[in-house]
Amino acid sequence: MSPESSDGEHPQGDADHYTLRLYVAGQTPRSLAAINNLVNICREHLDGRYDIEVIDLLEDPERARADDIVAIPTLIRALPAPLQRLIGDLSDTERVLTGLEIVPR
Amino acid sequence: MRFVGRLAYVNLGIDKAPSGVPGLDDLTGGGLPRGRTTLVCGGPGCGKTLFATQFLVRGAIDHGEPGVLISFEESAAQMSANVRSLGWDLSSLTADGKLALDSIGTAVSTAVGDWDLEALIIRLQLAIDSIGATRVVLDTIEVLFDTLPQRDRLRIALRRLFGWLQDRGVTAVVTAERGDGQLTRNGLEEYVSDCVILLDQRVRDQVATRRMRIVKYRGTFHDTDEFPFVIDERGIAVLPATTTHFEHQALSDTVSTGVPQLDAMLGAGGYYRGSSVLITGGPGTGKSSLLAAMARSVTAGGERCLLLSFEESPLQIVRNMRSIGIDLEDSLASGLLAIESRRAAWWGLETHLAKIAALVDEFEPACVLIDPISVLRGPRDEVASMLARLVHTLKGRGITAVLTALSDIEADDRNDVLVTSLVDTWIRVSNFEQAGERNRGVNVLKSRGMSHSNQVRELLLSEAGIQIADVYSGPGGVLMGTARREQELHDQLVAQDRAEQAELAAQQSRQRLASLAAQIAELEAERAAQEAEARRAERAAAAQHEMRATGATVLLRSRGEAEGATNES
Repeated sequence: MSPESSDGEHPQGDADHYTLRLYVAGQTPRSLAAINNLVNICREHLDGRYDIEVIDLLEDPERARADDIVAIPTLIRALPAPLQRLIGDLSDTERVLTGLEIVPR
Repeated sequence: MRFVGRLAYVNLGIDKAPSGVPGLDDLTGGGLPRGRTTLVCGGPGCGKTLFATQFLVRGAIDHGEPGVLISFEESAAQMSANVRSLGWDLSSLTADGKLALDSIGTAVSTAVGDWDLEALIIRLQLAIDSIGATRVVLDTIEVLFDTLPQRDRLRIALRRLFGWLQDRGVTAVVTAERGDGQLTRNGLEEYVSDCVILLDQRVRDQVATRRMRIVKYRGTFHDTDEFPFVIDERGIAVLPATTTHFEHQALSDTVSTGVPQLDAMLGAGGYYRGSSVLITGGPGTGKSSLLAAMARSVTAGGERCLLLSFEESPLQIVRNMRSIGIDLEDSLASGLLAIESRRAAWWGLETHLAKIAALVDEFEPACVLIDPISVLRGPRDEVASMLARLVHTLKGRGITAVLTALSDIEADDRNDVLVTSLVDTWIRVSNFEQAGERNRGVNVLKSRGMSHSNQVRELLLSEAGIQIADVYSGPGGVLMGTARREQELHDQLVAQDRAEQAELAAQQSRQRLASLAAQIAELEAERAAQEAEARRAERAAAAQHEMRATGATVLLRSRGEAEGATNES
């Protein structure tokens, strides 16, 4: 799966920019739900301020170990620091926003 | 003789994987259930992680079964460092493809909807496939209860994980903290139905004792006894209360005691091979000397002998025994005799037992001699239990065991009673100090399966070695019939001994008096003769004096000069 980005530039220097990694395992309903939920939340609340990388651990199992993932789905907020870990299909939008510390504009 | 004390562990066709823990497989009929998950639970520091690691390391090294170690608490570097002192090199095992390590971080996650542990399963799968592992350890998976939210969801995910382990057919060990009112803090026993082992550590009378209990083992009968285990420089070892699968063979073959007269007293011509012997007696009665005589005889016969002393160093033993004509240097030089010295206070009882067992495994002696067991400290029943297991362990291996114990004469050997029922042969040596003489007596109080002598005989230690005089004392020579119960016999023997001592003392006094009277008479005669001689000399001197009276002036002068010279010096 290819990373989805709101623009083509490198916005890592922007303290307001979100770098997110979503770990799934195959095309299960739960994985697909998590991807959809994440994209919707980002579009709605992080207009132009995010990168999403979706990692399918069935395709790249070594990443589970390298990135120390145990639960599926796991969403990691790599930036802004500090790193945050959320687990679940991201169906609970309120908790996702709280967990990612997203302040709606 | 068939030992039928315990036939509890019967294998009902369950395939077993060797646990790698010495002694445990004897209790479980071969090991942990193969292809199943075993839960090992216990409090902090009880040895759970060590148990699990040993299962993997021994599996990889001894049984050609590669293993995966997933730690939820420690990094791979920490895991390696923890077991380095046991001589286990996890990095080289990993490099050789015998072990795969993975550690799960302790970062805390927030829940945002449905989740499962699929990523953990993917990691496990990856690790298992990377080395073709047949063993898996999860240590301690309960940490997930601290790092992951939603306990109910975690339980569902764990059930799926345990199901997956079983589907994969790996032999797994999962560790868990002991909980209040349940086996594990988070009820993991709910997911493991095949085998549950509980480890426990408690301190009693300042002696730490570790115990293991098989709480559950499906498809294998087991009892719920607790078995002591130790952790030493080789890892965990279980010490079975009884050797379940050994049949103690009653061999008619005998081993010489090293003292021909004692062999004769025993009836069978020595101790039965593989039997256990206790020699009790007060200080200085010759217990150690009897052991040395046996060590000499066993090694001279070309067999290995292990002499374990809690009191003296090997050098002291060799020197002391040389003084009574027992040369142990040749035995040591031949490599057939091993002398080990250790202090009772160095370790707890279980560690002593484990170390003795390890020594025996290493040296494979025909005889083990221990001097003395009475210095072992601990609660009475635990000492007795340890000695019972020691005796059974040695017996199970067909090793002749001779133990000595210092007995308190005032206590009537009461302390020995605990042990005397365990042994096949009980020999007592005693000390009699009377009329300026010290005599040693020896008698066989019990010897199973032998028509042994009941006489108390005199034990003589001299430069010529150990000798036993034919009959120690007269009137009560043959003491009791063998049919009486051992304890009665023992009590009566004590009384008998005292009567004999009194009789002996009286006899010795009479002899001494007679001897003195004779000496007095002799001296009187000598004095009379001496007096007569003195009188003759005086008369002769007087006669000489008169004869030389005329030359007195010259003689007196020269005498005066001689006296002056003497005074000056």
